[in-house]
Amino acid sequence: MHGLMNRAIQGFLRDVYGPDLWSGVARTAGLGPDGFEAMLHYDDALTDAVLRAATAALGRARETILEDIGTWLVSSQAGQPLRRLLRFGGVSFTDFLYSLEDLPGRGRLALPDLGLPALELQEPQAGVYDLTSRGLPGFGHVMVGVLRGMADDYGALVLLDHAGADGATETVRIQLLAADFAEGRRFELVGGG
Amino acid sequence: MDGPPLTPEFRIGAAALGRVMPMHLCLDPAGRISAVGPTLAKIAQTRLEGQAFFDSFLLRRPTGVANMADLRRRAGQQLHLALRAAPTNGLRGLALPLAEEGMLINLSFGIDLPDAVRHHRLSDADFSPTDLAVELLYLLEVKALVMGELADLNRRLQGAKSVAEEQAQTDTLTGLRNRRAMDVHLSHLILTGTPFGLMHLDLDYFKQVNDTLGHAAGDHVLTHVADVLRGETRQGDTVARVGGDEFVILLPGLVDCGRLHGIAARIITRLGQPIVFEGQTCAVSASIGMTVSTAYDGPRPDRMLSDADQALYASKHAGRGRATTFCP
Repeated sequence: MHGLMNRAIQGFLRDVYGPDLWSGVARTAGLGPDGFEAMLHYDDALTDAVLRAATAALGRARETILEDIGTWLVSSQAGQPLRRLLRFGGVSFTDFLYSLEDLPGRGRLALPDLGLPALELQEPQAGVYDLTSRGLPGFGHVMVGVLRGMADDYGALVLLDHAGADGATETVRIQLLAADFAEGRRFELVGGG
Repeated sequence: MDGPPLTPEFRIGAAALGRVMPMHLCLDPAGRISAVGPTLAKIAQTRLEGQAFFDSFLLRRPTGVANMADLRRRAGQQLHLALRAAPTNGLRGLALPLAEEGMLINLSFGIDLPDAVRHHRLSDADFSPTDLAVELLYLLEVKALVMGELADLNRRLQGAKSVAEEQAQTDTLTGLRNRRAMDVHLSHLILTGTPFGLMHLDLDYFKQVNDTLGHAAGDHVLTHVADVLRGETRQGDTVARVGGDEFVILLPGLVDCGRLHGIAARIITRLGQPIVFEGQTCAVSASIGMTVSTAYDGPRPDRMLSDADQALYASKHAGRGRATTFCP
């Protein structure tokens, strides 16, 4: 798996639970003291070992940890660059949902070897969306967290539900209760200076 | 059917045109601006309607376009222009004829897009949804992030490389340079034509210390010798442990035999003092052989090392605890 995704797991564990917990997890998983590098690739088995060690160390389910990683990815200080990149997806939360199918392509524009799973958005009824991901087990849970954080960012009120997995295919159900429930965060097209 | 296919002519309202082309201008036959798209109106800061096009805009390329007739001749070509009020923000344009001698000009930001967006605080709503300007901004941002990560990675790798190189050139017991580092420095001095002195030092009675007091005592002696050699040489000298109890010192710029003998004598005196290890006295002394690069027409590393070695053995034969300079 790409180093950036592994770094997200590392960053979350270190940021939220502290460097001691992270070093313990890294040791258990057989990862070197420097941790993951963002621009390198790692064997999926290593990622799995890190998640297993984190599950044991925190006494929490892997699904919950993955979901928290998703929220942390877009809500924490460290996640601000990613939050901005996702905001380029659309002016409103609905636009953002529609842009999710482009997410793997946008990821490839950034890093041709990023390897985000294919995403498909269906709208079975008005205001209800099913987001299906194929190819990266657990990605659906991460997306639940990401969607929760981004809904806050847009000021939308949503109900999110991981509707289960069928092999590597996972579906997240999104019920958009109010698109402009709260004042969202302002987004400037050109950030920084 | 004969003749060209029918081109449908259609009317479009100002608001719809503004949504499709938020940076358009309509010019009347006299060259006055009759309509302005909403984004262009936003960045112009003054009211453009009613102004003469050539008073409000600076047409940079193609050159020599100064009136409506010139502009009509350039219909369909890419134009490079700027607002006279904001000449640093370059714009690209396309002018096309309208009915009754008027013209429609569509503009876009060129490569100055990020500056313009920041300066005028433009948002997604200021661009047509079919425009890829926002994607360009996304790409710029993502590129900066990826470059930042790569720069970080390079910095860390560079740091790790320096540490690895340092470790590869260092003798772990004494912290002195090792044989490999000495070889590199020696070749470098010769290649750059730097005059230098070379000392080859061998401990006397070291084997006895190891055999009678053990390797820990031997290691203690070697560490002590390293401290002495560091203390008696200058910052830019290379002090290397090249074998069990053998050391080579390279002294750039030092080819005066008198001064070299002075340094060697101080080293020999200090190493002649008894070294105490865990209550036991370790007695060693040092024999030194020396040579200088200026003694050769074309100094070669192997030749200089072997000559210093010969001088070292002369010191040993003459009764140890002394220094000899190689005489060709």
